[in-house]
Amino acid sequence: MRDMRSDFPILSRQQNGQEIVYLDNAATTQKPEAVIDAISNYYRMHNANVHRAAHRLAEEATALLEEARQLTQSFIGAERVEEIIFTRGATEAINLVTQILDGRLNAGDQILLTELEHHSNIVPWQMLAKRCGASIEAVKVTPDGELDIADFYQKLSSKTKIFSCNHVSNALGTVNPVTELVQAARSAGAITLVDGAQATLHQHLDMQALGCDFYTFSGHKMYAPTGIGVLYGRAELLETLPPWHGGGEMIEQVTMTTSTYQKAPYKFEAGTPNICGAVGLGAAIKYLRQLPINDLVADENRILAETIGEMQDLPNIQLIGTPKNRSAVISFVVNGAHHHDVGTLLNEQGVAVRTGHHCAMPLMQALQIPGTVRASFSLYNTKADADRFIAALQKTITFL
Amino acid sequence: MTDLEELRTTFEFFDDWEDKYRFVIDLGKELDDLPDADKTDQNLIHGCQSQVWFTADHNDDGSLHFKLDSDAFIVRGLIGIVLIALNNKPAQDIVEFDMDALFTELELIQHLSQTRGNGLRAMIARIKSVSHAYLNPEPI
Ligand SMILES: Cc1ncc(COP(=O)(O)O)c(C=O)c1O
Repeated sequence: MRDMRSDFPILSRQQNGQEIVYLDNAATTQKPEAVIDAISNYYRMHNANVHRAAHRLAEEATALLEEARQLTQSFIGAERVEEIIFTRGATEAINLVTQILDGRLNAGDQILLTELEHHSNIVPWQMLAKRCGASIEAVKVTPDGELDIADFYQKLSSKTKIFSCNHVSNALGTVNPVTELVQAARSAGAITLVDGAQATLHQHLDMQALGCDFYTFSGHKMYAPTGIGVLYGRAELLETLPPWHGGGEMIEQVTMTTSTYQKAPYKFEAGTPNICGAVGLGAAIKYLRQLPINDLVADENRILAETIGEMQDLPNIQLIGTPKNRSAVISFVVNGAHHHDVGTLLNEQGVAVRTGHHCAMPLMQALQIPGTVRASFSLYNTKADADRFIAALQKTITFL
Repeated sequence: MTDLEELRTTFEFFDDWEDKYRFVIDLGKELDDLPDADKTDQNLIHGCQSQVWFTADHNDDGSLHFKLDSDAFIVRGLIGIVLIALNNKPAQDIVEFDMDALFTELELIQHLSQTRGNGLRAMIARIKSVSHAYLNPEPI
C-alpha cells in the first residue's frame, strides 16, 4: 500500500521529538501537498473575481470555480451541477436551508431530528421552529449508540415536515441507515436533510441513490481548506425556494425597489464566493480520485476494528457507543477518570485526540455522561499510529 | 505541600513529563473535596472543560481563604498549585501575584492557554476579582 502520509507535510511535524499521531480528524483533517499547491497556485496565477469581467484572469478564475462545482457534483453523484451550492461549511449549509424553509412550516408542524446530532444540525432547526411555531422531536439513540429505528417510525407522521439527521455521527462514529430513513420520511411528506460532514471520506456518496432533498458537508473534513462547504439541494425543490442572502452575483435585474433573481445555484450564492476555497475543494476531490479509496477505507476499517479489540483488553476502558456499523471514530472513557485528564496525558505523549461533548450535548444527556475521549481516524492513519495510541493509552491509565 | 519555594524546588527535579504529571495528579488527589452542599450552580465557574467549584472566605487576620474543587484530577492538581501560591494570603498579595509567570516557570503554561486552560484562567480571574472586591468594598 502506498504511504499517504508523505502527501501530508504536517504529519511529519515533531512534538517532543516524536511525530504527532493525529487522531482528531473528525474535527478537521490535514491537507495534502496537492491542495496546498492548488491554493498557492490560484493566488500566484489565476486570482480574479468570478462571473464578472471579460478579462483573461476572470475567465480562468470562473472556470476554476465551476470546475470545482463539477468535480463536487460527480464526487457526490448529483444529477445536475446546479444542485451544488458553495457555502462556508456544513453549518452554513444547514442554516441556509433553515432560512429558506421559513414559508414551508406552520404552527403545529413537526421537525424530526435525532439525539445523535451535532449542534449545527439542532440549533438552526430550533431557531426555525421558534419562528414558525413548529415543534422539535428527536429520534432516540439506543445504549449502543445507534438510532432507535422503531422510535423513528413511531415519531414519523403526517405532521413531520422536516427530517434531518447525520450520515455518520461525529461523536460515536455510528453510520446511520440514511437511505431507509430518508425514503420513509419522504413518503410521509417530509423534506429531508442529511448532514454528511463525517461521511465524505469514508462512505460512497450517491445523491441519486440516497434520494434526500438536501445534503451538507464541509471541505475541511475531507482534505480541503476551511471556509468552504457544500449544500446539495434537489433541483426541483431549489427552484421553488426563495434566496436567503441578497447581494451581488445572485440577481438578474435590480431596480431601486425590486429585483429578480438568478437560478440555482447562483441564487443562493450572494457576494464574492470563497473562490480559492472552492479551488482547494476541487483539488482535494482530484487528489481523492487518484487514490485507491476502497482499499484505503477497508484498511482504515481494519485498523479501527483492531484498535477497538486492543482497547477492550485494557483495564478500565469503557467504549461509548458500540454500533454495528461504525466509521472512523472511537469514543471512550477511562472509568473513574475525567476525559480531560485522559486527553491531556495523551497529548503529552504526542497523541492528538479530542475530549468533551463533541458539540453533541443532547447526545451526552441521552447517554448520561459528561463527555468522552474521541480518537478519530482518517485514511492516512497507519497501524503504527494506532499502536502508539494504544501504548499511550496504556501508560495514561497507570496515572489515573 | 503548602510552600511555594518547596514547590519550585520539587519542580526543578523533574526531568520528564511523567514525573511532573504524576506529581500534579497526586496533588489533585490530595486536594480537599468541597462538600456537596457547596457544589452549587452559583459556585460553578463557567467556561471550564471540566467543572470547577469555588468558595471564598476571609480569615481573622484578613487574609483570604479559598476552597476549590474539580471533577478532573489534573485540574485539581493545578488548583492545588494555585492555592499553594494564593491561599491564606493577604488580598493585596493575591491581586499582585503573577500566575502566568509561575506557570511558565513550572512549564505548565499550556494549561492557561485559550483552549485548555480557559477554565483555570477563569478560576484565577475569579480569585483575583474576589480579592480586588475585598480591598475595594462597594460603597453602601
Ligand atoms: C456531524 C457534523 N455536522 C456538522 C458539523 C459542522 O461542520 P462545520 O463546523 O465545518 O460547519 C460537524 C463538524 O464538527 C459535524 O461533525
